[in-house]
Amino acid sequence: MTLFRTSLAAFAAIMIGAFSAASLSPAHAAGGGTKPPAHDWSFDGPFGTFDRAQLQRGYKVYREVCSACHGMSLMRFRNLSQKGGPEFTEAQVRALAADFKISDGPNEQGEMFERPGRPSDGFPKPFPNEQAARAANGGAYPLDLSVIAKARNYERGFPLFLLDIITQYQEGGPDYVKALLTGYEDPPKGVELLPGQNWNKYMAGNIIGMPNMLNDGQVEYPKGPDGKSPVPETAKQYAADVVAFLMWSAEPHMEQRKSIGRQVFIFLLLFAGLLYFTKKRIWSRLPEHAPGAAH
Amino acid sequence: MSGPSSYVPKLGIAKWLDARLPLPRLMYDSFVAYPVPRNLNYFWTFGGILMLMLVSQILTGVILAMHYTPHATLAFTSVEGIMRDVEYGWLMRYMHANGASMFFIAVYIHIFRGLYYGSYKAPREVLWILGVIIFLLMMATAFMGYVLPWGQMSFWGATVITNLFSAFPIVGETIVTFLWGGYSVDNPTLTRFFSLHFLLPFMIFGVVILHVWALHVTGQNNPTGVEVKAVAKDTIPFTPYATIKDAFALVLFFAFFAYFLFFIPNYLGHADNYIPANPAVTPAHIVPEWYFLPFYAILRAVPDKLGGVLLMFAAIAVLVVLPWLDTSKVRSMSYRPLARQCFWAFAVTCVMLGWLGSRPAEGIYVTLSQLFTALYFAYFLIALPLLGLFETPKKLPGSIAESVLGKMKGGSGAVVGAAAPAEPNTKG
Ligand code: HEC
Ligand code: HEM
Repeated sequence: MTLFRTSLAAFAAIMIGAFSAASLSPAHAAGGGTKPPAHDWSFDGPFGTFDRAQLQRGYKVYREVCSACHGMSLMRFRNLSQKGGPEFTEAQVRALAADFKISDGPNEQGEMFERPGRPSDGFPKPFPNEQAARAANGGAYPLDLSVIAKARNYERGFPLFLLDIITQYQEGGPDYVKALLTGYEDPPKGVELLPGQNWNKYMAGNIIGMPNMLNDGQVEYPKGPDGKSPVPETAKQYAADVVAFLMWSAEPHMEQRKSIGRQVFIFLLLFAGLLYFTKKRIWSRLPEHAPGAAH
Repeated sequence: MSGPSSYVPKLGIAKWLDARLPLPRLMYDSFVAYPVPRNLNYFWTFGGILMLMLVSQILTGVILAMHYTPHATLAFTSVEGIMRDVEYGWLMRYMHANGASMFFIAVYIHIFRGLYYGSYKAPREVLWILGVIIFLLMMATAFMGYVLPWGQMSFWGATVITNLFSAFPIVGETIVTFLWGGYSVDNPTLTRFFSLHFLLPFMIFGVVILHVWALHVTGQNNPTGVEVKAVAKDTIPFTPYATIKDAFALVLFFAFFAYFLFFIPNYLGHADNYIPANPAVTPAHIVPEWYFLPFYAILRAVPDKLGGVLLMFAAIAVLVVLPWLDTSKVRSMSYRPLARQCFWAFAVTCVMLGWLGSRPAEGIYVTLSQLFTALYFAYFLIALPLLGLFETPKKLPGSIAESVLGKMKGGSGAVVGAAAPAEPNTKG
């Protein structure tokens, strides 16, 4: 090995080591949370895309279950028809929005009034403020879910965190939330839970204010041509679907990002290749680089 | 190296301008005719890469600033608005956030290149010190930029780092209040950080100009560390040779950048920063961005707060006096067998400090941090001053040309990486 190659390798190792050390740091899996199993998401990897039907089902789960406690303040109904998302039709979105009563105003008389929701409205908040939300949930706060899929992660450890660069593992958040939703268990012997507390295998510290929210058969899925839902109506499936929906809401332009990325990356590699051969050609004018010279 | 200018204006307008403001002449002398040592390897392409990263940060930053709202209640939502509602806003934001990391990867390679090939030694001390100033300004810029999205890590990172200044006796509290614009990290802190985050990159730009000016006075160092003796033999013109090589390296670096930006844009970030800042909830572990981790480890290695702060600043200050700490006349580590081993030990030390910076400051991690902090300083304060006195360097080539062309005549069949035209080490 030449000095150049050794040092290049060493520099690469140092750089990768140093900058990746950051991701070693525990984000939310601190203390007591079991590492979640990896789920096979349709949106992982450089070619990943969202499964429209899954996102539509996920919205239904959010709407019928989670929205009782959790808001999604960054979402508007019109987002539901935008490209790269669940891609409901505009008529469907109008109907979904009209499902809600929105407080608007003041009108010309200076009074607030209620009207059916419109696509330009934001998802309504379940509680007027944090205090009301806590009061209704035994003191725990059901946080906003708009970017939750990116706001959670778990420690990967060495050497996985380095391999993640190559495998492009980015689904720590979705894996965690999916595991959490189906991770309820009886507390171990000797642990006394206070009223409103629940035991979850994946929650940091294991004690969580949110009770198990997903049960088999609870949400009715759209039927296929044979009169049956194409996917099982189970808690596991609900969890995967709602998490896919949450991942999309956290990263609504992911599909565009990856598709532009593939083009840019391949273009840059080809361009670099051409430049390399041009460089060789130009440098071959120098005696030490002339063909046949010692190199 | 900036000898007499060889620029000959041809067009009438060029002659006219040359007699009034010789800007084309400056450009020609700096980027066309400028003689570069013929044996530079690819580590010398990072200066150009850094220049483009700075431009990229400024362009994406100016666009972000058009849509960003510097207010404690609106900053987080406005950044999310950029990600969702601004056309290609996600691209600008991910490019800026990952660009900061790429900027630091490039600057660390650039600095380690200087350390290995002794580029800090006479006559390049001022050039080196200007580089250290750029590094400091970059750290300040990146730190304040990270505060702007006003997530949990933004807020708590700002709290931890600004609090450090309270360690200074007497003036400490005043400094901290001044940084905060109040009695805790809050809206006034955010607005002043935004203002400074906008300003500092342009100051960096100014120092970069001085840095390049100093470079063009002394000329580039090279892998042998032997100065250019005969311009005709030892150097080649910047254009086309260095231009095409820099262009190749740059595009390759941007491919690396694109990989992170498009496929794993949050890999280098921290999930907690997608949680809006909340002064009432402290995150389980407060960690800075990866590029600060080695310094963070040094800071926490000392049980005493003031001691830690002083040591952390000393870790950078020591770079300023490095040209006078290294007593060896030989620049390149390629000819310094012992110093070279120390260099690699130092590199490993920096990686270990980076890792330790990401660990909680408890138990064995503290002991290890202390050990590696000691090693970090030992490299500058013990190894380099003493080695220059005791080490017997290998024989240096008579000139750059000899190191490159001599090898050819010698007919050594050694295959040299295409990247490293000069491979002094494999010689004979
Ligand atoms: C009855 C109200 C309620 C419902 C319905 C509900 N949650 Fe929660 N959720 C909570 C509360 C309260 C918390 C806060 C728990 C805590 O901090 O201990 C919470 C916390 C969470 C968390 C954060 C856990 C963490 O790591 O901190 C996630 C993710 C979550 N909920 C997802 C969901 C999803 C998805 C649904 C729909 C399937 C849902 N929740 C339905 C009340 C609810
Ligand atoms: C030396 C060059 C620069 C560096 C190293 C740098 C670094 C950073 C970093 C680390 C962030 C936080 C990214 C995140 O996690 O969101 C950031 C945010 C930001 N920067 Fe810069 N920056 C630079 C130049 C600039 C310039 C020149 C401007 C404007 C003129 C600018 C405007 C902004 C704005 C508005 C944000 C907040 C939006 C966001 O978080 O994405 N930056 N910067």
